[in-house]
Amino acid sequence: MNDTFLDNTISDDNITLDYGSGGVKTSELIESILLPAFDNQALARLGDGAVLDGNGKLVFSTDSFVVSPWRFPGGDIGRLSVCGTVNDLCMAGGLPRYLSVSFILEEGFPFSDFRSIVSSIAEEAKTAGVTVVTGDTKVVESGKGDGIYINTAGIGFRRAALPGQSAIQPGDAILVSGSIGCHGAAVMMSRSGLLDDRSPLRSDCMPLHQIAAAALDAAGTIRILRDPTRGGVATTLNEFTEGLPFSIEIDQSSLPIDPSVEAACDMLGLDPLYCACEGRMLAVCAPQDAEAILESIRRTPGGENAARIGTVTEEMPGKVLLRTPIGGRRILPKLTGLQLPRIC
Amino acid sequence: MLCDSYFKNPRDASLFLEKIRKYSDRTGPVRLMEICGTHTMAIARSGLKSILPENVQLLSGPGCPVCVTPSNMIDLALDLSQKPGVLIASYGDLLRVPGSLRGDSLMKRRASGGNVQSVYSPADAVQIAREHPEMEIIFLGVGFETTAPGTAACILEAASEGLKNFSVLSLLKRTEPAIRALIEADDFSVSGFLCPGHVAAVIGADAFSFLPEEYGLPGVVSGFEPADLLCSVLELTKMIAENRPALKNEYTRLVRQKGNPAALALTEKIFSSSPSDWRGLGHIEDSGYAIRPEYAQWDAAVKFSLNAGPEKEPPGCRCAQVIRGVLRPADCSLFRTVCTPENPAGPCMVSGEGACAAAYQYE
Repeated sequence: MNDTFLDNTISDDNITLDYGSGGVKTSELIESILLPAFDNQALARLGDGAVLDGNGKLVFSTDSFVVSPWRFPGGDIGRLSVCGTVNDLCMAGGLPRYLSVSFILEEGFPFSDFRSIVSSIAEEAKTAGVTVVTGDTKVVESGKGDGIYINTAGIGFRRAALPGQSAIQPGDAILVSGSIGCHGAAVMMSRSGLLDDRSPLRSDCMPLHQIAAAALDAAGTIRILRDPTRGGVATTLNEFTEGLPFSIEIDQSSLPIDPSVEAACDMLGLDPLYCACEGRMLAVCAPQDAEAILESIRRTPGGENAARIGTVTEEMPGKVLLRTPIGGRRILPKLTGLQLPRIC
Repeated sequence: MLCDSYFKNPRDASLFLEKIRKYSDRTGPVRLMEICGTHTMAIARSGLKSILPENVQLLSGPGCPVCVTPSNMIDLALDLSQKPGVLIASYGDLLRVPGSLRGDSLMKRRASGGNVQSVYSPADAVQIAREHPEMEIIFLGVGFETTAPGTAACILEAASEGLKNFSVLSLLKRTEPAIRALIEADDFSVSGFLCPGHVAAVIGADAFSFLPEEYGLPGVVSGFEPADLLCSVLELTKMIAENRPALKNEYTRLVRQKGNPAALALTEKIFSSSPSDWRGLGHIEDSGYAIRPEYAQWDAAVKFSLNAGPEKEPPGCRCAQVIRGVLRPADCSLFRTVCTPENPAGPCMVSGEGACAAAYQYE
């Protein structure tokens, strides 16, 4: 066994579902196995996308999609597979251009469903201004897949140099582009058979190219952009503060949360702060620029409910704190495993 | 919704706090115990402890169903998950609970090939049984009076359909005998109880009147939103200050004095009270729900002739004392050092509702 692959942090013998949650276990897997093995600077920044050297900087990213059910209110796995990668490119300051799409199909998957997914991909790619230029298909035996899995990879041209986590300073403002947790809550409700097309609760799945452009074009200094997917807003905020000498304080009353998300989470015993978003952007910016950037995002379709939700402080380095509506304060931790429904 | 949004976002939290402070100046230090995991989490998530006066200490009692389930019962479930043709259906938060061997859990067993499925309701488990007649579906019935009626309804449904491949391993528990055992223990030092709103919705607020009547202790049946908690803590400190213990119902929008008769009747039809083992409290008479012999066919303990092995606590684990409110999570030497939510030693750290998990994550 190569020494590079020996790690001390993972005590499990097998992969459990927790390693795919986007929370602490996912970080363990990345940091103790993947980073040492592929050791390079572009990867080590752990941005949503890698910024590559060349004649004009390129931004490159990839994502895989295994969502079940594959169709959910507000989207489907096809739409998601475009948005996921496009959004990662946008968050890295890129202008998305080219996409690859690879399918892993399970024997027996209906052609009608496949056609519908492919047309979703085509439609969404058009909306996001990307071209699907390469791809692959594999079929696995019945029982060896969950109908359909999709991987996409994308290339974009870098339109803005975002300094990243290390540029975040005390006093900076934290912005979010809209209601949080819609995608996660919609999928969980759908999975429990509690949601249909008439429900107001829908996934927020959408490409962020316009919203990211609105933020970057506004007069102001943006330190970092992230789309809070797996692990939700709470986990992404923790990634901002991790290992740095500052904290983030979030004001719970200022969080835009759609009433339908709140109701769904209450019912299922989940927390909107840990539910994935697939069409929302978190931005950290200089405090004096917050209003201008927010205004610009709010004028963009899908960004109407953008809000300032918190501030970078120096109080508890490395931590994210939540100020609750009754004036209490507590730590807002990273997701530790899958969000599991509670008993009662 | 209007009512809900008020309880979630009270505009007058400072008024409540002022009154609580006033009464707590008169009472001196008081220790209030909640005995419901959802209260534990609601208190932690609202940051309530950070704004209460120093005199008011909130403690978590044996209210997390996962935490009070002894490890030898988890071992039974782990063994069952390895049986060919068996599928274990369980509430999500039980999946990470370690058995007597540290690191072993249903989640791990699933990763190594065990058949384990997380469900929201026992009704989902019945549905799996209908769809998979070739498999034996065992539902892990965990919880208190709240989950007992739903579990009973499913056994009844399976019985009426003659569903042969469905059974329930009943680990269900009754709260009253446990609270009595807690109060009667030598190390008991609690001044009042936040009574569990969900349990009370089923068994009725009156079911907790034994607290003032027999033990002279005040109790408030409480809801789960920040305003509910503030209001209930205020009522408790007031009763303590005035030395007039009574049982009050703050959660009137959901809890009736007599509870839910239909749910109670269902529970009574399927279950009889039986002795039960609790982590932290030991063996308590009448504190469990056993499936009645008429429904033995759907009782996994009978069907698979299950016998629990001896109970083993992980070495150094103080969950037992934490569950009784004798120790706070931070008083345990394993807390935050070897015992973390990613690698829990004891159940209070593993369950989302556990006192240690709440303290680790939020304080």
